[in-house]
Amino acid sequence: MLLLGFMGLMAQAQPDSQHVEMADQLRANGKIYVVVVVLIVILLGLILYVVRLDKKITRLEKGTSRKD
Amino acid sequence: MLRQNWWKILCVILLIYTFVAGFLGPVPAKPILNETIRNYYFHIAMWFSMMIFFIISLVYSIKYLRSNKHIFDIYALEYAKAGIVFGVLGLATGSVWAGFTWGAFWSNDPKQLGAVIALLIYLAYLVLRNSMTDVDKRARIGAVYNIFAFAMLFPTIWIIPRMVESLHPGGQGNPAIHADGHIAMVFWPGALPGWTLLGVWITTLRIRLELLAEQRHEHAL
Repeated sequence: MLLLGFMGLMAQAQPDSQHVEMADQLRANGKIYVVVVVLIVILLGLILYVVRLDKKITRLEKGTSRKD
Repeated sequence: MLRQNWWKILCVILLIYTFVAGFLGPVPAKPILNETIRNYYFHIAMWFSMMIFFIISLVYSIKYLRSNKHIFDIYALEYAKAGIVFGVLGLATGSVWAGFTWGAFWSNDPKQLGAVIALLIYLAYLVLRNSMTDVDKRARIGAVYNIFAFAMLFPTIWIIPRMVESLHPGGQGNPAIHADGHIAMVFWPGALPGWTLLGVWITTLRIRLELLAEQRHEHAL
């Protein structure tokens, strides 16, 4: 019962529990694509950073004799 | 595996797929969750990856105890660190999400408390190691403790949070997410291996760096 009460409380935050609010409009207007592009740019930037670190470590390893 | 490249390219492709399909693909409309259901590809992937890293760490700790090979100790340590980083990210992302769905960033939910205890046990692994200066002793006691830390994941993450009432999706009090259809198609082949490979990549870099540092130390002696 306590659980149901809490769920009811949570549901009040949603004005209409039948129609669940999703970002349909946002996607329809195309704005979400901007976010996806931004995220891809950040992801690729971080990956590039890691790739350069990888290369740097490889270079250091080549300068030493021991192989694993 | 340590110095090959194909899986790093695969990791990047999978992560791009996760971001594109994760944001643009269809998701089921559920109350409370709304679009935050897309956290499935990010928040849940963090926890899954953490468990994978802790399992790898456990395997290397056992391997160390069986063989006494120093390199296995380095592997176990670095994978445990990766697991801790992903676990902290899982906790932080979960807290942000809870702030907007449960109404509080922290509500002492059993899942939150269990996760924090598990992470503290793993943090103690790092503290314990650093408390010893002898390399072999550190590796041996560290490996034994690491096995204990992994065993503690069972009650703190896998058992207790599921026995008591929780607000967390998948428990009671919130629409449970069922990974089916499009969500499963993004999570299993995309988000989970993508994030895990990224963690493995960074971990292998740290292992290589650690080996270089030790080599340098040996030269200096």
